[in-house]
Order: sequence, then structure tokens, then C-alpha cells
Amino acid sequence: MVFAHHTIRAGALRHASRFMSLSLALGVVSAAAQAQQDPRVGLKAGVYDAGEAVWNLKVLSKTPPSTKFVGSTNSDMAFKGNYVIQGSYNGYQIWDISNPSAPSLRLANYCPASQSDVSVYKNLLFVSAEGNTGRIDCGDQGAPGPVSKDRIRGVRIFDITDLEHPKSVANVQTCRGSHTHTVVVDKNDKNNVYVYVSGSAPVRPEEELHGCSDASPDKDPSSAHFRIEVIKVPLAHPEQAAIVTSPRIFDNLAAVKSHGSAPDDIKSSNEAKARGAYVVNIQGQEIILPDPFVKPMLDSVMKARGGTGMPTGADSAALRTEINAIVMKRFGANANRVPTGPDQCHDITVYPAVGLAGGACGGYGLLLDIKDPAHPVRLDAAADTNFSYWHSATFNNDGTKILFSDEWGGGGAPKCRASDPMEWGADALFTIEKGKMHFKGYYKMPAAQTDLENCVAHNGSLIPIPGRDVMVQAFYQGGITVFDWTDPTHAKEIAYFDRGPLDGTHFSMAGSWSAYWYNGVIVSSEIARGLDVFELSPSEYVSQNEIDAAKTVHLDYMNTQGQPQFVWPASYSLSKAYVDQLERTKGLTASQISAVRSGLENAERKTGAARKKELTALAKSVEGMHGTDAAKARKLSESIEELAK
Amino acid sequence: MTTSNSITTRAAIFAACLATAAMSAQTAAAQSASDIARGQAAAIVKARTDSARYPYTKADVDFMSGMIHHHAQAIVMAKLAPTHGASSSVRTLCDRIINAQTDEITAMQRWLRDRNQVVPEATAGPMTMVMDGMEHDMLMPGMLSDAQMKQLDEARGFGFDRLFLTGMIQHHKGAVTMVDGLFKTYGAGQDELTFKFASDVQVDQRTEIARMERMLIMMELEGH
Repeated sequence: MVFAHHTIRAGALRHASRFMSLSLALGVVSAAAQAQQDPRVGLKAGVYDAGEAVWNLKVLSKTPPSTKFVGSTNSDMAFKGNYVIQGSYNGYQIWDISNPSAPSLRLANYCPASQSDVSVYKNLLFVSAEGNTGRIDCGDQGAPGPVSKDRIRGVRIFDITDLEHPKSVANVQTCRGSHTHTVVVDKNDKNNVYVYVSGSAPVRPEEELHGCSDASPDKDPSSAHFRIEVIKVPLAHPEQAAIVTSPRIFDNLAAVKSHGSAPDDIKSSNEAKARGAYVVNIQGQEIILPDPFVKPMLDSVMKARGGTGMPTGADSAALRTEINAIVMKRFGANANRVPTGPDQCHDITVYPAVGLAGGACGGYGLLLDIKDPAHPVRLDAAADTNFSYWHSATFNNDGTKILFSDEWGGGGAPKCRASDPMEWGADALFTIEKGKMHFKGYYKMPAAQTDLENCVAHNGSLIPIPGRDVMVQAFYQGGITVFDWTDPTHAKEIAYFDRGPLDGTHFSMAGSWSAYWYNGVIVSSEIARGLDVFELSPSEYVSQNEIDAAKTVHLDYMNTQGQPQFVWPASYSLSKAYVDQLERTKGLTASQISAVRSGLENAERKTGAARKKELTALAKSVEGMHGTDAAKARKLSESIEELAK
Repeated sequence: MTTSNSITTRAAIFAACLATAAMSAQTAAAQSASDIARGQAAAIVKARTDSARYPYTKADVDFMSGMIHHHAQAIVMAKLAPTHGASSSVRTLCDRIINAQTDEITAMQRWLRDRNQVVPEATAGPMTMVMDGMEHDMLMPGMLSDAQMKQLDEARGFGFDRLFLTGMIQHHKGAVTMVDGLFKTYGAGQDELTFKFASDVQVDQRTEIARMERMLIMMELEGH
């Protein structure tokens, strides 16, 4: 097992040389000792004047919260047109980021509730209310007592047709409140949208909300545990929004893979299966039976038919059909406890373009089929001994990989100290093959943080760099990190931003709650300090062409939990981005690269038929180039063909 | 008993004023009005008004104090693993429990300190509660008795693993009971920090209970 020696923090030496030259230039060298350090280590504390470390990003703006939101907790974000809707425990603020260097406030709607996770669809805004203090009337006096008619725990729905004058249209109450939620758009149903509600908080008493039961599901089939709620929202009559189903996607978790803690564990489990070991399913977990346990059972099957000597293949087949029942019987009620698996989901990311959803649900990561959005079906589940609590999921653009984050400590604890293992509070990366997930590796923001900084993997989104899986992710006071997980076994950081602690003497919640790419910029919701906007800078890891190509992807709106699929329009930037990638990975030879580059430059100088001719010839010529990365070369030739059209 | 809303709000404003005053004293002459406004905003940010907005009750204070003792015992139990021949999977679990619950104790002590309440030391013993004017020593729900702790300390190897897992399941279930009790108490769990903390404890410990139940089954399957 690996646990005795966890991976040590890899980030310490990464930027040593760059830091040294910076230190020398500033004349404040403490030479060797400091050269060992990541520049994010030891930043000065402060609210608006904290020390900062920035690498391969450009800070465009840092905007403090508006008056009534100062001192509250900023939470998640949604995007619509040029607007950022920023949730807060005090309500939500709407910022116009047409000029990302100077966001301007359009609305500060004071309507307190935790966590005020926000989503937007057309003219409707959805806001999660989880805590006990949220009130239907948006008051801030709280709703005392275990039972209150004034309390909202569920989803608030606003009509924001007139952005500056939102109208409250519905308050959908749920048994466990809404920690987060996910808007699901069904392309076959133009009249409705669906909202999946994940609640992880305690169940409300029946007296407050009829039908809520805290009993375990084997005692009460209508238990609020082990299910999600699906709210149907008629677009023409959003005031009629109501819960339509409560699917128990967790029940009878079949064949849950525990990928264990190390590749060695997976290997031994795969080997055991390959040699025909007996597998049982106990409490939703696939368990490989040890030989000493199986042998006596096999012998008794043989004896039961009056056989002697070695058990036959028929005996073993007979045992296989019986073994789950035998094991269940042996372990009695404990093993037979139903239902199994997680109690709730923290967060569900739907990816309608591929018909999949990733559920981060208690001790499990689930892969769901959502082709019928009102009836999600579980395809696969993974458990991870390094994961405390599965928090959220992100697919890569092709839908062939999924990343789950582990919000160890709930986001309020300092889990990035030098002593905290790199596998804990990290991301787990999987490939998806035929509806099954295969564990590949971990990623965690690599710079050690102080014990005054809450830090753990949190919300992020893909950056539409074509041909690669690049993502930006918030780590609370660990700042934001941009990393490449094209190779999920070796995810690699390529940019970051970090501040020192909010307070140098007292632990305080702060840092980036969410960091998302939206239409060319990275927007970060800073819990205490407001809204930060960044731009990706070119570096040895990302070229200007790749950044330009990413900026060609335009979305009309974005809810990160409803993942959009990126589509790149033909552009010179797109083709040049592929050329840069082929050069970086040596997928084509230097002379081939230079031939394509000059071909593209020639075409750019021409117009009309001459340009078309040049591009068509170039696409043809790239098709004939046989390098080591045929797939990428094909993307390049296709992108040039598209340009020619 | 309810600490009034106005007191906690006042405390936050007082903290904000103090911070502003200290800053003003340092650089008063040089400071522009906007700097002062920014400084005030910074002080409010530090004081975190939303954690101080809602009243807390005696039940919240008792929950935090009781859970400190409760967690402390979990740490004592987990620290036995390396010297008691625990298996590698139990040792991993123990490492996680020590890490997580040490941080949570720090958070609970901070919550109490910030509200000028008595801050208990992280000792694993019973908690002294005042009921009907009498002091009683009470073990929090799920905590292991002295006899159980002694038995655990005497066990080694797989015997230790089994006692640890059954003991820790009992212990965690007690924490879940404590959270249930908190939320069923009038006026309790209003404060955002308490709500989040207690909800997280419940979710984490339920997840860990399921994990430990599987570990016990695995031990039996493997003939230990």
C-alpha cells in the first residue's frame, strides 16, 4: 500500500530558476533557501493588499463586492451574454464584464441564503437555498425554530427579463434544501427545463415540509435520503415549477469499482478477475473473494452432489450463481442493508451533448445516462480510498474523460499544507470507455499553503484550447490553477494566481470559490474579496495561437454544472494552434512545420479564389505528411479544409 | 438561552472599528478618505458579518464543546494504530481521522473563542454539563467507555483492527446523533458556520461509517 509514503509536494522546485532571477532583479535575495520555494509560498496576508503570485496569467481586474455584500461569502457564478451572475450568502450580484478590465455592477439583489449557487436559462435565474436562515421574503432576520413557514430551503426562481428589476416567480421547497443544483436542457423538450437538486444537509421535519422523512429508506420508502430531486420548470409558466421525480440513482449500486489507493491495487484486482476469482457484491461494492474463503464452499458444492476429488467446472459455475446469496446470508443484515451507496450527491454535472452526467455523491463518483433527463440511470460508480467526499465533476470536451474533485474538509479547512498528501483533497482523473470509468491519476494544486488558508480542490471549468484538455480550477485560498490533463496519468500545472491569507493571524474563509473560463476570460468568484478577471498569457505551455483559438468559442450563456460542448469555428488561429501543438509534441518534423506555417501565411495574404486554392493545396499536402501524431495532423488538415470553404 | 443578535452584530462592528482605528493611527496623516473607506471595508471583510449575523444558542455552544471532546477521543484511538499492529488500510483511515478531526477541533475552538465562550481543551474525557443546577460528567453519544478504550489499547494486529472499526463506527454514529439533536433544537443551527460545520460532520461521518462497515466485511471474508 502506498499510504506510508505519500507523494511529496512536487511544486517546490518547479519555478526555482524563474524565482531566482526575479529575486536577483529585486535585490532581495535570500538565495538558496528561497530559491527552493514556489513563489506562492509565504505571500503576505491582507484583504485588498495581500501579496500575490501570478504565472502565465494576466490580472485584468479585481473588483470588491458592493456595499451590502462586503463581509458576506461570495459563492458560485453563472454567465449570460456579457453578464456574470455572482451568488453570495447575501443574495446575488450581476456584473457587466463587456470590459473585463472594469466590471460594472448592474444589480445587487439582497436576498440572503446559503449557498446561493446560481444558474441561468433564458430569462430565468435559479438560486439554491440550503441553510436554516433563508427566508421566502428575502429578509435577513433568519427563520428561528426547527419549523417555520417563512423558511426557504430549496430553489428560488427569478425572472430576470428586466435585469435590474428581477421578479420572484417561484420558491420550490425540498426536503434537504439545495446545496447546489443543475439545470438540464432536454433538446427534445422545448417547453421545459429540468433542475436536478442535490441536498446534503439534514432533512427538514415533516411538520415543516410535508412528505419529508429522515428515516432510512428500508424503513420508509419515501425517505429523503439516497435520492435527488428533479424539478420540472415549464418555460411559459415558471411559477408552476414543481418536483416531478425523485430518482433513487444510488440504489443497489452494482459493481462499484474501488480503484483502491494505488495502481498496484488495481493491478492485483484485475489479475484476480482475469484468473477467474469469485466476485461478490456487498453493500454496492465489488469484492474479490480470497481463495481460502472460496475453497471450502466449492468443496461443499461438490459434496452436495456426491462428488469427490477436485471440484469440476460445473461445481464452480454452480457456486458462481449462488455465491452472492451465500455471502449475504453469512453477513446477515449488515451486508444485506438496502439501499446501498451514497446518501446524497453534492453536485451533478450534466453533459447533454454526450448524454452523460457525472454525480459527485458522498463516497462515490457516479456516471449517469441522462438521455431521458427526467429519469437518469446509473451506468457506473467508482469509490476511492483517498477521497473523503466527492464534490464535483467535469468532463473533457470529447466526453472520453471525467474529473472528480474531492472537497476534503468541506472547503473550510486548510488541506494544502506541506504535510497534507497530494492525493487528498485533490482531483481524480478517469477515462470513460463504454460507459465505464477507469482511474488514471490525481491532480492537486501543488504549492503548499499556510494553516490560515482554507484550501482544497473546488469548482473549475474547461478552457477551450482545441485538441487539448485544459482546465482552470479554484482551490479557495490556494488560488486558481490552470492545468493540462490531456494525459490523465500526468496532469500538469501551466498557470496560476494566488494571494496570501486574508488575515495573517486568524483563520478566515476566503479565496476562489469558482474559477471559470467564459468567452475569452477567466472569471473567479473570490469569497471575501469580490470578482477577479484574468486573461491567459502565452507561455512555453500555451501559445498565442492556442489562446486566440480558445477565444473564438463563444457561448450565449453558461452554467458550469450544465457543461456546454465547445465547437471551434474555422480560423487561422485554430489551424495555427494545431501547428503549434504538433511542433511542441514533435508530431511533425521541423521542416514540415515550417512548410505548413508558410503555407498558412501565404494564404492569409491572398484573397478570394487564390486563397481558396492555396488552402486546398495546403490541406492536401498536410494530409500526405506522415508524422507521429496522425490524429492531430488530421485535425490540422481538416481545419485548413474548413478554412478553404 | 439565546445570545442576542444585536450583541454579535455589535461585536463584529467593534472588531471592524478597532482594526480601522489601529490602521488610522499608523498612517493617519498620509491617508486619503478613500483609503480609509477601503480600510473599513477590509475590516468588515475580516469580521465576516454573515457568520455573526444570526444568534447562536446554548445548544450550539454545547454542540461545539461536546464535539471537541468527542473528536479528541477519535484522535486518541487513531493514534494507537502504528504501535498496535494495525493493517495498512486501517492506518490510512487513522491518518485521515487524525488530520480531519484535528482541523475540526481547531475550527470548533475558534468558533467558541470568537464568541467569547469557554474553550475546552481537546481532552478525550467526559464533558461537565450543568443540568438543573447540578454538574454532571457526561460522555458524548457514541464515545467509548474506559473499559472499551482499555480493551482497544490491549489489542494488537487484526484484533485491534476489528475493535477499532467497530468502536469507530459506534463513535461516528454518535456524532451523527449529536448533529440530529442540534438541528432538532429550537433556534439552534442558525449561524451559518454552525450549520455548515454540523452538516459537513454528518455527511463526512456517514460516508466514513459506510467505508468502515465494508472494511469489517472484508476482514471477515479474508478470514481475520
